[in-house]
Amino acid sequence: MKRSNAKKKPGTGAFRIKRSLFAGPYIVWMAIFILSPMLLILYYAFTSDGSFTLEYLRAALGWDYFRVLLDSVRFALYTTVLCLLLGYPVAYLLSRMKKSTAALLSVFFIVPMWMNFLLRTYAWKVLLGAFTNILYTESAVLLGMVYNFLPFMILPVYTTLIKLDESYIEAASDLGANATRTFLKVVLPLSMPGVVSGVTMVFIPSTTTFAISQLLGGGKTMLYGDLIYMKFITEQSWNAGSALSVILLVFVLLSMALMKKAERGASEEEGDRLW
Amino acid sequence: MNEKHLIELIDVSKAYGGDVALSHVDLYIKDGEFLTLLGPSGCGKTTMLRLIAGFIMPDEGRIEMDGADIANVPPYKRKINTVFQKYALFPHLNVFDNIAFGLKIRGVDKAEIKIKVEAMLELVNLKGYGGRYVEQLSGGQQQRVAIARALVNEPQVLLLDEPLGALDLKLRKEMQVELKNMQQRLGITFIYVTHDQEEALTMSDTIVVLKDGVIQQIGSPTDVYNEPKNPFVADFIGESNIIPGIMLQDYKVRLNGVVYECVDKGFGRNTEVDAVVRPEDIDIVPAEGARVSGRVVSVVFMGVHYEVDVDCGGYEWVIQTTDYVAKDALVGISIPPDAIHIMEKTQQTNLFDAVAYPEDGEVEFCGKRFACGGLEGFEAKDAVLAAVAPADVRLTAPQESELTGFVKACMFLGTHYQVSVTCDEEEWIAYSDDYMEPGEETGISVDADKISVSANEAE
Repeated sequence: MKRSNAKKKPGTGAFRIKRSLFAGPYIVWMAIFILSPMLLILYYAFTSDGSFTLEYLRAALGWDYFRVLLDSVRFALYTTVLCLLLGYPVAYLLSRMKKSTAALLSVFFIVPMWMNFLLRTYAWKVLLGAFTNILYTESAVLLGMVYNFLPFMILPVYTTLIKLDESYIEAASDLGANATRTFLKVVLPLSMPGVVSGVTMVFIPSTTTFAISQLLGGGKTMLYGDLIYMKFITEQSWNAGSALSVILLVFVLLSMALMKKAERGASEEEGDRLW
Repeated sequence: MNEKHLIELIDVSKAYGGDVALSHVDLYIKDGEFLTLLGPSGCGKTTMLRLIAGFIMPDEGRIEMDGADIANVPPYKRKINTVFQKYALFPHLNVFDNIAFGLKIRGVDKAEIKIKVEAMLELVNLKGYGGRYVEQLSGGQQQRVAIARALVNEPQVLLLDEPLGALDLKLRKEMQVELKNMQQRLGITFIYVTHDQEEALTMSDTIVVLKDGVIQQIGSPTDVYNEPKNPFVADFIGESNIIPGIMLQDYKVRLNGVVYECVDKGFGRNTEVDAVVRPEDIDIVPAEGARVSGRVVSVVFMGVHYEVDVDCGGYEWVIQTTDYVAKDALVGISIPPDAIHIMEKTQQTNLFDAVAYPEDGEVEFCGKRFACGGLEGFEAKDAVLAAVAPADVRLTAPQESELTGFVKACMFLGTHYQVSVTCDEEEWIAYSDDYMEPGEETGISVDADKISVSANEAE
């Protein structure tokens, strides 16, 4: 209403602000802190002392580095699978509870997220060192990653499950499916969009993480993030670090495209495939 | 249809957190019949359906199928299938797999599933639609998939929860006929929930009229239409003239000062009754020589007939006729004896738990003290029952009374409206000459000599 009035009386619109203008501050922010660093990374990855070269990229694609990428993917896969196995049942139980109980319980998942993840990881380091002998092993790294990323699996799955219409469950039961089959044939397929976004939200940060492996792996476990960190900070080689970053970026974009495809499949064809 | 009782509800009650949905319901459903649960929203009809399906358990009473209690039989083991109100078709499956769902669960082999599903698709006129997804179908098509998905399992009983509610009028009419044909051809018991009285009348073998969780009447469509048991049923099913009268003797009733012949008997002499006369059963005759005459107040063309209101001094008859009469014309009306249906007067008294204060000459109920006589013999603060006849409840403007409430329902009873008013969790029944909008606030007052107090036996 107001907008159309303003259009009718252009004389009153001396200080009229276009809605798109509100996006301005963020666009400036993006340009300075997201776009320009990206461009810098690309610049460093493809140059050496100002002249174009593919040398660093070729080095970054070498087997030694590629093996670290595979290791990172392996860890990310383990983390994702564990988060899914742990998180789905939690999300399912939460979604079947009374709203108030579920809200109270989800506080337990959300409150730790208010604390910086480095602090949480340091806490694990102390705990694992004091009470177990797994500190500085792959298990410790995995535990730290699962602990940090679990909420990102639970929340999207919970959100899809809570929106699931009760009548679908009743319909399945009405058609002869017991609780197990109702879950497998109706609830699970219908919650696939939540699972896909949970997987995306866990897998991608897990692939690129670095601090957890350093703190809990004690330097024995080298992940791709650690490698980039090392190139930039320890070796001060911005070109090598940038080249590795570009490779990781491409890998992340590829896996996101893959997930997007899976997500579309989850809402359209998932049922067919599960049957 | 045969006489075997397939499903029996015995003294079944169900409440949701204190709100009574069904109260001591007894009902049997015969094998192969088309039974409709009819009533306004919140009357308990869907609750009854969900109890039979097994999605909810009764608080009290038993539900039997084939003579065996099915309380502990979960829905997935009952030979009952449901067509849900919003169909609840699985969005992740195509039409074929939706219909095949039940068969696959039972482990029927693939070739047989294909034959059965294709046959079902043909039955519901959706041949060739198997590969489509639910969202690609229109409401009417989804509805038919829902029916096919239920019927393919060859249930003994099919439950339908307002299945035609989302369809437009024309499609609804077509589906009514289709459903009825299907039911007769397959010989399956249909239990059908609706609030649409016309739907109930066209399709059913038996209609169960529900109100506030209580069965008002069970009968064939002609029974409930021609012989409604009480004003609620008469008012809910079809249009009707409901008029209080006095049954002078068998076959003679006085309505609005005129004595009519009727076909009812057994009410005793000079008994207060309510009479129902359907608008289409009243004939308009020339005013000269007619026993009853009146002036035409309004004429509305309804397509097939005219709806004519005739004011006969004290009562306005609603008449449906195919012959046009002019507004303001003087006409006579004639009511044949078999058009008058006599109902027992529903005696309604407002009864409240109250506390006596004889020293002040007051009783307290609904959170307020009322001046009241006849308190001799009661001690101070004795628990008593206070009774007020609906005719003695005066509804006033809210600011004129200390006690106020909100109108819950208002029903025309021929000469006056019967109004139920919710007030401080109690419900009052009162009479009013004017229509009152549900939700409207109203004052309530009662004269001291109109409250009769008796000992509260429950204490």
